[in-house]
Amino acid sequence: MEIIINTLITLSLLGAILAVILYFVAQKFKVVEDPRIDTIQELLPGANCGGCGYPGCRGFAETVVKNGSLDNMNCPAAGSEGMKKIAEAMGLSVEEKEPQIAVVRCNGSFENRKKTRIFDGPSSCAIEHSLFSGDTDCAYGCLGLGDCVTACPFDAIHIDEKRGLPVVDEEKCVACGLCVKACPKNIIELRNKGKNNRRIYVSCINKDKGADAKRACDVACIGCGKCAKECKFEAISIENSLAYIDFSKCKLCRKCASVCPTGAILEINFPQKKEKLEENETLVN
Amino acid sequence: MLKTFPLGGIHPKENKFSAGKKIETIDLPKIVSIPISQHIGSPAEPIVAKDDTVKVGQLIAKSSGFVSANIHSSVSGKVLKIDKVLDSSGYKQNCIIIEVENDEWLEDIDRSKDLVDNLDISAEEIKNRIIKNGIVGMGGATFPTHVKLSIPPGKTCKHLIINAVECEPYLTADHQLMLEKADEILVGCKLIQKLVDAEKVIIGIENNKKDAIQLLTEKAKKYSNIEVQPLKVKYPQGGEKQLIKALTKREVPSGGLPIDVGCVVQNVGSVFAIYEAVQKNKPLIERVVTVTGKSVSNPKNILTRIGTPSDMLIAAAGGLPEDSGKIVSGGPMMGKALASNNVPIAKGTSGILILPQEKASRPECFNCIRCGRCVSVCPMGLEPYLLKNMAEVSMFEELQKERVLDCIECGSCSFTCPASQPLLDYIRLGKANLNKILRAKKS
Repeated sequence: MEIIINTLITLSLLGAILAVILYFVAQKFKVVEDPRIDTIQELLPGANCGGCGYPGCRGFAETVVKNGSLDNMNCPAAGSEGMKKIAEAMGLSVEEKEPQIAVVRCNGSFENRKKTRIFDGPSSCAIEHSLFSGDTDCAYGCLGLGDCVTACPFDAIHIDEKRGLPVVDEEKCVACGLCVKACPKNIIELRNKGKNNRRIYVSCINKDKGADAKRACDVACIGCGKCAKECKFEAISIENSLAYIDFSKCKLCRKCASVCPTGAILEINFPQKKEKLEENETLVN
Repeated sequence: MLKTFPLGGIHPKENKFSAGKKIETIDLPKIVSIPISQHIGSPAEPIVAKDDTVKVGQLIAKSSGFVSANIHSSVSGKVLKIDKVLDSSGYKQNCIIIEVENDEWLEDIDRSKDLVDNLDISAEEIKNRIIKNGIVGMGGATFPTHVKLSIPPGKTCKHLIINAVECEPYLTADHQLMLEKADEILVGCKLIQKLVDAEKVIIGIENNKKDAIQLLTEKAKKYSNIEVQPLKVKYPQGGEKQLIKALTKREVPSGGLPIDVGCVVQNVGSVFAIYEAVQKNKPLIERVVTVTGKSVSNPKNILTRIGTPSDMLIAAAGGLPEDSGKIVSGGPMMGKALASNNVPIAKGTSGILILPQEKASRPECFNCIRCGRCVSVCPMGLEPYLLKNMAEVSMFEELQKERVLDCIECGSCSFTCPASQPLLDYIRLGKANLNKILRAKKS
């Protein structure tokens, strides 16, 4: 009996002394962290994609709280909705950013662009790019080995096996820009999503002379300049025999696409034009 | 016991089909395309325009910096245009395209075959002539020679090492050059020795070239301080660091240069080019190219003008065999597959190798079984399997710690891997990306 009592007393005493020590140590080495960091981190998507330019979501949250402002801070993955929530939590207002999406500026599918060489090295665009211009005659086009797919943390880009080109999933893409960095040929660009998800862009970055570009790929931009002449908003510029549509100036009138002789200008998510519908119907009939 | 480097190394099949074939010349091409970037460093600046007439040996593109080299016309004729042409890099590069008319040489080039062994020439003059005549390293790396031969202040050169190893299988261009131009090469050695003020010249030759060893040893007796050293056959003995280790037992420190251990290494082809540049005032406008392959009907060593289309050389060796699968510029270990059979021959093209289909394609790749063969053959003492895995997932800091920048890209790891893992491909990628990061950090 005595042993049990002695044990209990010793242990309780020991516990009490250690508790007091621990209390003082905890007071002394207390780390004060702004609770808002955790709040904001919870509001972020948690993909750690780095699209904001900071090391992961925690880094972004820390910077927001430290600066106490949202100037030049944007989480593309959270989108405007998410950014609003973050602004509310911080008691700030946020400028609404036009939502963006990754756009693959190459339309050189197997059909449009014939393979002229064989590449049998490892399945990596970066390695193929470092060895030669690619397995087609176009030195600028997509290599189709999927470095962009590997880079995407949102599972938003995939290679279409039939065409050999990456396709961006409009629902999933948050425009973090990782695929843009991963593409050794700089084919992918972040462009404004556009009204009703409608976009017009030149789906080619071939800077060769028109004849060479056309020889390599049926749907290459040959830099003829017809689109630039047709555009009333001065949204199209031609440089190195290549047209580029400035999305901030484009009014989506679609006139450029109708004059393009090679079909290098793509219209996304537009309803089919009337004549085209009729054409298709006659084809069906 | 023959000397060799101690760490790693492999023994690929030699396949020297063109060994002992006399150096031939072929007809001049109708059109040559001379790339303005045939060396490491900044591309030369063209100084001719369309419709200009040029003579053989005339300067057509000027060196654009310290690490750059002059480029001379290899033919006489009219400049058609300056345009992009697919070259051995796999990309279209700016080339000066010249239509050949006759064969008129500049008058100040000595075209006689007489040996000029007069060494009464100042070191400065030797260097100036090397710069003027656009000499670059002809072993394949094409580093401008005058940069290599400029000894930094505070350093001294003890050994001048002549790389006559030719450890790449198939290639015989250097071997044949030694047999036919031994005297010229020895004079070249003396000239470089004078320029870098080296105590001793060592010519390293692998023991599979016994005739060359014998000939050079015999002829070198005439000169003081030139030693011919036979070496055990092992790849990659022609690597600068491996050769220095084999011949002098000195080890170039990680990230260092041969001059840090008192050595300067020159390829034997460059030595001959230096002889011609200094003694004959002849620019680097032609070189010996081995055209070879298992199915090639007539493997040859051809003395060819820079800018000649490669298909002319292939035709001279009996045409493209039916079972061709790959055409490689250089040797099978470090050479590069060509994207076309018609690329211009450049200063660094040591060979055109035609591989049959069954040898050309890569074998199926399996998982790494951790056998460690890549580690045991790496001549730099690296761990290729580890570097490959790190490069694949972009672990650049770790790559730097594991000394990926020491990799000489000899390909021994990929050659020996029983699972056919693309080791070197990824290591090269990691190296390139790491270099990019380091350069960005610097600026």
